[in-house]
Amino acid sequence: MATNSLSFKVSPEGVVPGLKEALAKLNGAQCEVVLDFSSVLRIGPKALRAMESLASAADEKASKVVLRGVNVSVYRVLKLMQLARRFSFLT
Amino acid sequence: MTQEAASLSEERIAYLERLVHQAKTAAAVFTQYTQEEVDRIVKPMVSAAMEQAQYLARLAIEETKLGVLEDKAIKNMVAAEFVYNYVKDKPTVGVIREFPERGLVEVAEPIGVIFSLTPITNPTATVIFKCIMAIKTRNAMVFSPHPKAWHCCHEAVRIMAETALKHGAPEGVFTCVESSTLADNAYLMHHKDVRLIDATGGPGVVKAAYSSGKPALGVGAGNTPVYLEKTADLDMAVVDIITSKTFDNGTICASEQTVVIDDEIYDRVLKKFAELGTHICNEKEAELLGRTLIDPETGFQRPMAVGQKAVDIARAVGLAVKPDTKLLMAPIHGVGREHPLSVEKLFPLLAVYRAKSVDEALKVCVDVNHLGGLGHTAVVFSRNDEVIRKFSEVINAGRIIVNSPGSIGAIGGIYNDMVPTLSFGCGTGGGNSTTDNVNVYHYLNIKRVARRTQAPMWFRVPNQIYFNMNAVQNLRQFPSRSTIIVTNPVLEQIGHVDVVRRNLPPQTMVHVTVIPEAEPEMKVVMQGLEALQFYKADQIIALGGGSVIDAAKIMKLKYESPEADLDELGAPFLDIRKRVFQYPVEKTNRLRLIAISTTSGTGSEVSPFAVLLDKERGRKITLADYSLSPDVAIVDPQFVLSMPKGLTADTGIDCLTHALEAGVSVYASPYTDANAMQAIRLVFKYLPIAYEHPGDEEARTMMHNAACIAALAFSNASVGVNHALAHAFGARFGIAHGRANALMLPHVIAYNAAVPTKFMPSPHQRAYTAHKKYAMMADLLGLGGDTIAEKVKNLVAATEQLLDRLEVPRSIAELGISKEEFEPAVPDLVKIAFDDPSWPTNPRMPLLSELADLFWEAYRGRGTAKAATKAA
Repeated sequence: MATNSLSFKVSPEGVVPGLKEALAKLNGAQCEVVLDFSSVLRIGPKALRAMESLASAADEKASKVVLRGVNVSVYRVLKLMQLARRFSFLT
Repeated sequence: MTQEAASLSEERIAYLERLVHQAKTAAAVFTQYTQEEVDRIVKPMVSAAMEQAQYLARLAIEETKLGVLEDKAIKNMVAAEFVYNYVKDKPTVGVIREFPERGLVEVAEPIGVIFSLTPITNPTATVIFKCIMAIKTRNAMVFSPHPKAWHCCHEAVRIMAETALKHGAPEGVFTCVESSTLADNAYLMHHKDVRLIDATGGPGVVKAAYSSGKPALGVGAGNTPVYLEKTADLDMAVVDIITSKTFDNGTICASEQTVVIDDEIYDRVLKKFAELGTHICNEKEAELLGRTLIDPETGFQRPMAVGQKAVDIARAVGLAVKPDTKLLMAPIHGVGREHPLSVEKLFPLLAVYRAKSVDEALKVCVDVNHLGGLGHTAVVFSRNDEVIRKFSEVINAGRIIVNSPGSIGAIGGIYNDMVPTLSFGCGTGGGNSTTDNVNVYHYLNIKRVARRTQAPMWFRVPNQIYFNMNAVQNLRQFPSRSTIIVTNPVLEQIGHVDVVRRNLPPQTMVHVTVIPEAEPEMKVVMQGLEALQFYKADQIIALGGGSVIDAAKIMKLKYESPEADLDELGAPFLDIRKRVFQYPVEKTNRLRLIAISTTSGTGSEVSPFAVLLDKERGRKITLADYSLSPDVAIVDPQFVLSMPKGLTADTGIDCLTHALEAGVSVYASPYTDANAMQAIRLVFKYLPIAYEHPGDEEARTMMHNAACIAALAFSNASVGVNHALAHAFGARFGIAHGRANALMLPHVIAYNAAVPTKFMPSPHQRAYTAHKKYAMMADLLGLGGDTIAEKVKNLVAATEQLLDRLEVPRSIAELGISKEEFEPAVPDLVKIAFDDPSWPTNPRMPLLSELADLFWEAYRGRGTAKAATKAA
């Protein structure tokens, strides 16, 4: 069975809108979303909340969210929030 | 969940969870901030606190009804400005300290979510202080103020949080529990995402924090004793005590509680107190105060008086005082429950005790200290440094304040250079984890990045070494009034002593001490020592093999330092630089030691080692220290030309073992390698000739030099497991040292060349190199081989051929030791070998089972070359 997949880049200025867009796609029954975080240097509380929502939506739909190019500082924030285990990572 | 927390409603739990989650998110986000970003947030927070200091003080007074408005405002300012002054330039992000000379770097790691309980007595100042510290260290904080100080604290948190957010702090960095209850506190103290509890308050709060099982900073009650000693500046002391005890109506837990005054100055001091607005109570009044202000059931102060003015307290208890009274002072005659006023009183009432002596004064201070004040604060006024020293020794307090006010002094940064704080660590005496003034470093996990360091190495050898034929003539350059020659009977008989005599400067008074040809015993050392003392010697010449030279080294040690304890100095050690017992540096007498070796093997003429036989206890004492090294070594082959064949072989093998083991030692260096390699080359070339043609002067000369050169190597790189095995076996079966070495040698080379079961920890080496070093030796000897394994195999084979040529026994069995005799001895041999100081520098760490295997290989002999093919 073919997997529906969507990939797009998250800009440093628009992390929250980017995540919301990904969430909308997931709600639209996309099975896999690949988010390119390579230009995101840090994330704030709002972005974290959006990521929690995205992770929850992915869990509900048994979908996969792949984060590409996450820098180690952001990765550590996700670890501290116990969010890292809810995403897949690509370097 | 605790019993208390179980009473929480679902809605309340959801609320508390939200608070923690916000804080957790903020803390996670905060980890990405730089030092500059953090500092940009802190500064405006401090400004805001300064601007709002009076406003917050007023709120605190209105709500708590405790303390003095002006003092509370000052406390708020101190909490902001003084703390900021301390932290502003302190790095708290990334690398915070570097110790390049130690290869150490400290890196800050935030804690995360801190749950903070704040007190009723210092509400807003504590909040300001903790907020600044939390931001400076990139932590988030959930506050739970004392219920009776909630509004003012909530307002302080709001001001700090809004300012922080405005300047870039992550949202949720400070939150404050609405109308917090004990159940809320219990829930939060046990919350999995709360990483640290910072509890400032009463003993109950602190105990709850420590009981939670979470890391905690708990800072609670004190009971500050003050010793006002007769040499003190009395005017200063009285003003300081009044200033301190009346500050914020005595609500600071570091404030003075009982003043102990020397008898000689007691009346004068009380008069000064009275002149400055203190009401000195009579006995009846003191009894009234104790009865009404201290709860007889609990023994603690009643809340009614806390933070109140002296006149108000007096009025409340029915005590007539002048309207301008600022302090009450009540005499006590002891400390404890039966003397109620000797406990902590967070209001302007001081207990006062008249002490007949310094000793009594100190004892009373200790009693006060132990009555609820352990670890907190103590004060001494004195100009006598000895009194201050004694006070600081006997009083257990994190802050011992000298000649200054207790409460304001303990805060730090005002009257002294202590770290400014609003939180006093009370150490284990107060059930706390620190005695420090709590500061930014307590809000950080400090990571130590420890780089590999290479300890400085050394190459230490005797000052002067004279070698080659007739080197003994150099004795003429050493003037001596009185010289003792230590030697053995044979060497005296064959005329060696005469040779030495002839070469000494004229007018040297010479006495010869002849000792047995065996490892020196204590009685032999004492015999030589008596001669040295009797003849008031300034020079000792050791003429002989290792035993004679070792004896002379110990004689010199005892002569120069009679108090030297050989048992202590012979204690085992792992690293000569870190040994427990140091050799004496101070010398009672001075003695030049000249060593003239008459064998070519031990190298004792240049080594820092000496072995003493302790016959009474059936053991050997191995002494090792560079102070034992002879001052002058004479390596003159004329003294070895007559050496018997067997001794030539045994000592020559000892020399080879020294060089081979030093060459692969974990302490080997380019300096020792140069000597080890040269010695190996000389031994392989000249030992067979010296053995087969004892009169060959060149071979004798080169072997004599080789022994000394090998000793220069092992004196600095030490030896290894071969020596440990040989020492154990030789002592048990009475086998000469060189011969015992020979039995082990091929097997040990193969053993060290193989991949170790356990590597020897060694900061000096970057990789396991023993097999490569053996291959290098094989190359030096021109033994051929294409691979390292082949070269090692060839070295083992060449060693075996050399041993065969020297006609030494090649197995323990060949010595006539039966298997039935050997087998039961092996466990002891292994134990003794493992206790031997020789092996810690071996490249491969020997397991006990491996030592047993090596003994058995030596028992069987041969077959080692096969094992060597498995080399790493």
